[in-house]
Order: sequence, then C-alpha cells, then structure tokens
Amino acid sequence: MNIIEIKGITKIYDIKTMPFQALNGIDLSFQQGEFVAIVGPSGSGKTTLLNIIGGIDNPTDGTVIIDGVNITGLSNWKKTDFRMHNIGFVFQSYNLIPVLTTKENIEFILQLQGRDKADIEKRALELIEAVGLMNKTNSRPNKLSGGEQQRVAVARALASKPKFILADEPTANLDSKSAENLLDIMEKLNREENITFIFSTHDARVMKKARRIITIEDGKVIDDVLREKVI
Amino acid sequence: MIAAVALGVFAGVFMIAFMNGMVDARLQAIIHTEISSVQMHNPEFLANSDFSSRIPDADNVVQWVSKVDHIKGVSKRLVITSMIASAEANTGVKILGVIPDIERTVTNIGDKMIEGTFLESHRKNAIVIGKKLAEKLKVGLNKKVVITLQDAQMNITGGAFRVVGIFETDNSMFDEMTVFTRYNDLCTLTGLKTTEAHEIAVLVDKDSNSGIVTDVLKFHYPGLDIQDWTQLSPEAGYLISAMNQYLYIFVLVIMLALCFGIINTMLMAVLERVKELGMLMTIGMSKVRIFLMLMLETLYLSITGGFIGIICGYLLCRYLERVGLNLYFWEEAYKSIGYSSMIYPKIELNMIVYTALMVVLTGIFSTLYPAYKALKLNPADATRTK
Repeated sequence: MNIIEIKGITKIYDIKTMPFQALNGIDLSFQQGEFVAIVGPSGSGKTTLLNIIGGIDNPTDGTVIIDGVNITGLSNWKKTDFRMHNIGFVFQSYNLIPVLTTKENIEFILQLQGRDKADIEKRALELIEAVGLMNKTNSRPNKLSGGEQQRVAVARALASKPKFILADEPTANLDSKSAENLLDIMEKLNREENITFIFSTHDARVMKKARRIITIEDGKVIDDVLREKVI
Repeated sequence: MIAAVALGVFAGVFMIAFMNGMVDARLQAIIHTEISSVQMHNPEFLANSDFSSRIPDADNVVQWVSKVDHIKGVSKRLVITSMIASAEANTGVKILGVIPDIERTVTNIGDKMIEGTFLESHRKNAIVIGKKLAEKLKVGLNKKVVITLQDAQMNITGGAFRVVGIFETDNSMFDEMTVFTRYNDLCTLTGLKTTEAHEIAVLVDKDSNSGIVTDVLKFHYPGLDIQDWTQLSPEAGYLISAMNQYLYIFVLVIMLALCFGIINTMLMAVLERVKELGMLMTIGMSKVRIFLMLMLETLYLSITGGFIGIICGYLLCRYLERVGLNLYFWEEAYKSIGYSSMIYPKIELNMIVYTALMVVLTGIFSTLYPAYKALKLNPADATRTK
C-alpha cells in the first residue's frame, strides 16, 4: 500500500522576478517500510521535494497525498498539526534545542502533542535506548558529538510514531564512523519496526544502505531503481 | 536582557522616589516652616498687605479655633512690610510679630536656628533674621539693625532691634525676606492693641485635613479670609501637579527605553534562533504556540529583571529614606529655589505596583514586533539557515 503519493509536483521560485523551476512534474509513490535515497547534484531539487513531501513548502502545482490525506489542500494550521502527528524530520545540522537535554529534546514533541507525563517519559527512554544513548540521557547537545546529536535527532523524529521520516542530508556533517553508526541504527529501525525513511543525500554510504534510489536532475526524476538492480 | 531591565526599573524606581522625596520635602517646608496649614486674615489684607486690615478680636478667634478638631496649634501674628537697615546696607523685609512659644506650635522656625535663640531671652526689641539677610546686611549676633515701618496712625516710625538669633531654612529667599520679632514689641512700636493681629496661623494634625478645617473655619468666620496652604502657596499646588506630570513623562521615557531594549534583545533572540524556530515549526509547533512562547520568554525576562530592579530600588530608597542623600555640592542651587540639598527619597506601595505593571505591559507590547518577525519565518528556509 502506498503511504505517500506525489502527483505532478511542480515548484517554481520567483528569484528577483526571474522564475526558476526547481521541480518539474514529479510523480512518485512510496510504500510503508521503504528505505529510500533521493540523490542528485546540488540544485537538482532534492531538498525542495523533501520539503514539499513534509508539508513545509507548497508546490506551485500538483498534489501530495499522505495516507489518503491531500496535504497540499490543507490550511497552514492543519498542515502543522498533520506534520506533528504523521511526519518525522531529521535535519543536516541536527537542530536540537541547545538548552534541553537528550531526554527533554525527545520529550518536547510529545509534550506538544499533549501526551501524559508517564507515557512521555516511557517513550523517550525507549528511544534513547534504541539509538544507544542511555549514558547521555541528561546531556545537553553541546556535550554530545555530532553523531550523537544526530542520533538524538533521529530519536526525536521517531518520538511521535510518525508514518515516515524525512532526512535531509543526515550524514553530511558526520565523520565516517558516526555516519555508519547512524545509518546502522536507522536501517535497524527500518527493518525491525518497518519505519519508512526517505533521505535526500549525496553520501555514497547512504546510497549503499538504501534499498531504493531515486535520482533527480533539473527538477525531474531521471531514475528510480531498487537497490538490488543497482547492485 | 535581565540586567538591562533590572537597571532601567531600578533607575525608574529610584528617580520616582527621589523626585517624590524632593517635592514632599518642599511641601513640608512650605507648611511647617513658611506658612503653616491654614491662615486667617482680614479679607483686604491679602489684596494689598494693608497695615490697617487687621483682625480686631484676634485673641477670641485664637481661643475658638484652638478647640476645633484636628488643630495642633494656633498663633496670632502681626505682619508688616518694612525696611531693615544696618550700618552697611538696607533692604525690604516682611516682619512677623509673634509670640515665640505659641509660634513654635505652628511652625518649626525655632528649630532652624544656627546662631542664638528664637526670641527666648526677654531682652526688649529682639529680632531673629535669616542667614541670607544677615550676610546681606553684614550683621551678626547681638548686632543692631533699624526697622522703619508704619504705625497705627499711618506715620512712619522706626526702632532699633538687636539680633538675637539667625535661622537658616532650605529656602534662601525666605531667609532673606522674613524676620521675626516679639508680638508685644511690635505692638508697642506701632501702637496696635495687643488683641489685634494681621494673621492667624493654624497648624492641623494632617496635611490632608487642611481642607476640612478650612471649611469649618469659613463657616464660623464668614467675615474672614481663610485659606489653606494650597491657596496660600499656589506654587505648592502647581509643584505637585507639575511633578506628577514630570513623573509620568519620566516613567514614559524609561518605559520607552525599556521597550526599545526589549525589542532589540528579542529581535536578536529571534534572529539568533531562526534555525531553532524553523525546526519547531517543522516538527509541528503552531504559530500561536511560537508567539506565546516568545511572549512568555519576554514576560519571564521582564518580570525577573523588573523584580530585581524594583527590589534593589526599593531597598536603596528605604535606606536613603532613613539616612538621606546629601547633595551638598548643589546646596546653593537647591536653596535658591527653596529645596533642601538633603533629599529623603520617598517610596510608596502604589508606585511599586504601578512600576511593576508598566514593566509587564511594556514587556508584552515590546514582544509583538519580534514575535511577528518570528511568525513570518518560512520553516523550510529557516531550518537550513547557516
């Protein structure tokens, strides 16, 4: 069953009155449990596509349907609420709240959802264990390495049990070992808990792990292959 | 930001208390040193200070008035405008002929003596003059001065008086223009009866009771001109209203500075946290919640800073209310306009509440623009900000 369906997505930016077409009629679909890498050169439209799938940017044309809901037609208010309950985000530069500890960063989104305290704590500790940061539960981001911070970001993205996770260049700021470690955790979560991951990346290590690779160039999908075929 | 708010509020509280203390000291000087709470005159006296405009049965009036509620003291006076001369100089003065012991019940001039006494010796034709006048006439204690004035028959007369005391108040003009002699000496010199007076000065227990007492006296003595201190010294009333206006302007200036400080700080906070705000929007924090978050942040900072500022300002003012703040280097300037250089800042609870309320309102108002800027952020761009 398709969890995400993208139909005819076009995005045109007006840069100093000169229109720039970032995406040009993209049609894609994603199924539950996929581990997908969207690749392509800089400026090809990877991040724009991810932003539109995540509902933080609006397409000029086309529709994004997530689990049967056309999010392009939602008001900003409803879109924000939809994101909170259905989509997890992992950013290139972690974007953790600097004054909160590992546990508090993870708990934050659950507090936004208004969950009860015991449930929030239980879920946060589960996720901290899942990303292997039990000894860093009460550390603030400035006491964590880049890899550890990104693992906290993954745990935060998973906190609300989203339908899928969008990860924009999650390994770009990490050294090889940290990147491998992070990808192993994500892959494990994907295999064991059937969580859908969609990456935008340049990183060969991510491509190596991905089971589906979508290549975008000049705002168009030029290739969409399963990893078995890539190999 | 906490430090900036605390400093601004501290300065505000202190300046309000300082100005309040200054005005209060001036009012106390006007009432307790210069004019007392209420004065009674023959209606024509105030218009032209006419020597013949007297209260004929002053003793009976004094006796009746002293029984009215809220009265602390009643003193009859002769008030004569005359010339005073020494061997060196001469000038115009207002002579107050008083009964020293009774006068002490309505004014504190007896406590302002820097040399000699307030007419305590029984020496005939004794006079007490101000320090400023003593300097002008170049006379000191036990020196003689000559007073020239009108008598009861409207003839010019004069007498030699010996300086038995020199006083100094916070109003150098009062010190230069006012002298005190014994009531009886002045009666003898002018030929007035000892039951007559130009003025009856009344001191009431509380300044706020002056109006009530004035009404009672007016009702009982419709033929006399009876005025309280606000009418006798209109500049005192203007002083209060002007100072209130200055205080409003002053508070407004401080709050404006605070407002700009908060806007600047919060704008910086928003700009520094574009990425964080973008992330919060992305993961599902609504714009209303972001607005409220920024509003609460500012409120917490303002309240914390305001609280620190108010407490520090309050403590300092309470301390200075006890020991006073001596601005001796501006003594001359202060005295020339009737103020004491020793200021006792006066802080009141309503000022604290008012200031705290203003800080909170300023905090809320000042956050609107930075919060608006935050709400205009696009989460897609904000999360990728370098």
